[in-house]
Amino acid sequence: MDDDLLCFEDFPVGEVAEFGHLEVTADEIKSFAEEFDPLPFHTDEAAAEASVMGGLCASGWHVVALLMRMCCEGYVLRTASMGSNGVDEVKWRKPVRPGDVLSVRRTTLAARVSRKRPEMGIVTFLWEIVNQTGATAAEVRGVNLVATRASREASSEAGHA
Amino acid sequence: MLDSFYEDLEPGQRVSVGSYRFTRERILSYARRYDFQPFHVDDEAARKSHFGALCASGWHTAAAWMATYVRHFQQIRATKAPPHGRWPEIGPSPGFETLRWPRPVYVDDTVSYTYEIVAKRTLASRPGWGLVTIDAEGKNQNGDAVITFRSKVLVERSGG
Repeated sequence: MDDDLLCFEDFPVGEVAEFGHLEVTADEIKSFAEEFDPLPFHTDEAAAEASVMGGLCASGWHVVALLMRMCCEGYVLRTASMGSNGVDEVKWRKPVRPGDVLSVRRTTLAARVSRKRPEMGIVTFLWEIVNQTGATAAEVRGVNLVATRASREASSEAGHA
Repeated sequence: MLDSFYEDLEPGQRVSVGSYRFTRERILSYARRYDFQPFHVDDEAARKSHFGALCASGWHTAAAWMATYVRHFQQIRATKAPPHGRWPEIGPSPGFETLRWPRPVYVDDTVSYTYEIVAKRTLASRPGWGLVTIDAEGKNQNGDAVITFRSKVLVERSGG
């Protein structure tokens, strides 16, 4: 068993954690956009400069994908994660441009054990995606489902029996 | 949406934008880049997880919505005559809310995406634009919802 995984109890309300360091490239912006969001201001520099965005910028769906990558590297892969059932709100505040360096500031807003599934904790986070100037490029408020320590220990004992 | 000016959009309008097949290759390709939790990248780990089998990242299900939506309107703009003599400029989205993933998307599920316009209003701060609110939804081949969310999009006003 991965007994050192973070459990529900390891995410106290009010905790602030900062992690991640990800430089965004024009190639990655255009490659994601060609696949998922082929609007001109995400795929073509000249068209982007002439557009309301004033220059090439990442798809908002790319920005949340980059958040997920930084979360995986920052804590999710070390966590007894059970996925997520939703996100309450996403605000794309500033365009993400080529050369931007992104990181994450995560604040734990709420944490409770599921009534229907007592082995599962519901942790509500605010994830702020911060660029190299300290400005917030996007805010995401949503849930990570995380196994409780008691349920992890019970399944570990069952595994050894 | 991307083929219309603000004035031509009305609450209640409902549009099917198309479908997206979540092949194993697509699920793995997205997950390896952006969401490499074991149940999105590893069959054996997924089988042992509460999902029971390899499933797509929820953010992949959301990105596939955008891919389907944009391509739907690119097709229209490539083949039809524009309204008011020109196509509207495409505006950005300030964000979305209440995104839910009611059930997982598994290998070879086909998700069909639709949206309904639920509200519209003009903006004092951006006179050339209006803000349109839509409820987006994706359903799998069994008709079960796999993603729902409420999104806002800036749409150019025709001035007419």
